[in-house]
Amino acid sequence: MSKSYSFYPLGDAAVLIQFADIVSEEVHRQVTTVARTLEQSPFRGWIESIPSFTSIAVYYDARKIIKPDGYDTVYAYVCNILEQQLDDATAEKGSVDKEIVEIPVCYGADYGPDLDEVAQRNGLLPEEVIQLHSGQDYLIYAIGFAPGFPYVGGVSEKIATPRKKTPRLRIPAGSVGIAGMQTGIYPIETPGGWQIIGRTPLALFQPEAQSPTLLNSGQYIRFLPITAEEYEHLREVSL
Amino acid sequence: MSITVIKPGLLVTLQDTGRYGYGKFGISPAGAMDSFAYLIANRLVGNEDEQAALEITWSGFAVEFERSLWVAITGGDLTPTIDGERVPMWRPVLIKAGSCLSFQQPVAGCRAYLAVSGGFDVPIMMNSYSTYLRAGIGGYEGRALKKGDTLSVRLSRLPLEAPERFLDEYGGFFTVRWFVSAGGYTDSNREIEIRVLKGRQYDDFDEFSQQALFDEFFTVTPQSDRMGYRLSGPTLQVIHSNEYISEPVAVGTVQVPADGQLIILMADRQTLGGYPKIAQIASVDIPLLAQLPAGGKIRFREISLPEAEQLSSARIRELRLIEAMIKRKLKEW
Repeated sequence: MSKSYSFYPLGDAAVLIQFADIVSEEVHRQVTTVARTLEQSPFRGWIESIPSFTSIAVYYDARKIIKPDGYDTVYAYVCNILEQQLDDATAEKGSVDKEIVEIPVCYGADYGPDLDEVAQRNGLLPEEVIQLHSGQDYLIYAIGFAPGFPYVGGVSEKIATPRKKTPRLRIPAGSVGIAGMQTGIYPIETPGGWQIIGRTPLALFQPEAQSPTLLNSGQYIRFLPITAEEYEHLREVSL
Repeated sequence: MSITVIKPGLLVTLQDTGRYGYGKFGISPAGAMDSFAYLIANRLVGNEDEQAALEITWSGFAVEFERSLWVAITGGDLTPTIDGERVPMWRPVLIKAGSCLSFQQPVAGCRAYLAVSGGFDVPIMMNSYSTYLRAGIGGYEGRALKKGDTLSVRLSRLPLEAPERFLDEYGGFFTVRWFVSAGGYTDSNREIEIRVLKGRQYDDFDEFSQQALFDEFFTVTPQSDRMGYRLSGPTLQVIHSNEYISEPVAVGTVQVPADGQLIILMADRQTLGGYPKIAQIASVDIPLLAQLPAGGKIRFREISLPEAEQLSSARIRELRLIEAMIKRKLKEW
């Protein structure tokens, strides 16, 4: 990895590593590789890392870090450790495989009450919206906003739709929505203004499970249209 | 069964030091807002590990003790009282079975911590007892306490038959004759200085905003909660209102949304933020900020990163010393 990153202090207990100032799949591959390396070989005092669109934050516990002579700050010492780890990450030639997670979605009707509105606003048939929405893979740039909520790459301009004027008070968990060029899935029931076009029977947030969320940063999402019967069946078996 | 909620108060949750390692899943750490007071409360009742303690916000909370328990109340002074008798804070207190402890009104700070010897018996969730309200996990059924809730307590770490020569007896409780002197941490003075580092986008703000951050007072609004403190003050603006790419934030990140009013991210913050960050609170001052109620005024003072690190490690040494002293006192029995 060429020195294509910079360090910034995020207060006195975290370092932000920035890889670029534009969002791209290539930059994000770098983010994913480095995030993995940091998890696999945590340094003493490392608490956790959070990967995002173009950056990773590394949180540390200064109490557990013994700063050697020659460093003005714990921060400078941590940056030095990270620099070595980042170089190792390159040496490994992190060829991250494209990992696709299929998300079955029942579009329209009660599952996606705004499907018709999205279709009308874009001069399309509901089936065309489904085809366009499920016809591409979406890279997960980050998990955030709510537990297990994936921030993904943009939807086709043909189905981009502004948020609802009045947000709904209650959107069921698993709802798949569009807001402008963004698409996303609600992991927990919340209020929200997204245009809801469908719902998945999968649980995106399972606090009791080994991995509490279904999705991880760096994976790709592929939406798979299913029928209402399939939805109900999958819902039953997953409970 | 050990204690039962008689009055739920404004917001009472179980918290510990927080849930770490799950930020990549979008799960924020939560945890005690005033981590210093939380930790001292635990140590005072002989808990050497991070047991769940009650974080009691503002006023109106009352609990009944079904059996005698050693407790310690620290943090903000919300006038803890048993039968009209003030329960002293920052020391071990043995509350007698049948007593009702109530929190009358805040006189200093806004969050009190109540730890019990042995800890509250709640399930651990992702390595933490902390209640994370937004996701409905941790603590007591993932939520704030309600009237009628009953909390069990694990085996006491302190002997319930303490020698009388160490204790003073009041109507509903006994107390020891020593306490941790921690007045400086939860100042009743509602105008406080908070030390900050410049944020990553400080230079993106116009000259007026850069100066106003350090020259003006900012007031905590009632829209503040465990997620964040919303402040009101001069309107701060970036020079070019370009879109910022969302990136990870930390406790104490000071961000500025489009309306130009500051938000300080606290324990239940979201893990990522897309607003420009003008400053970052030095970690040593987070507990102080956590005790500032709505209406409180803040003036920010810039310090350097080496200073922030030194203050933080000095605080840790201080804490270690207090912990060692408490341990020694508890051993006297």
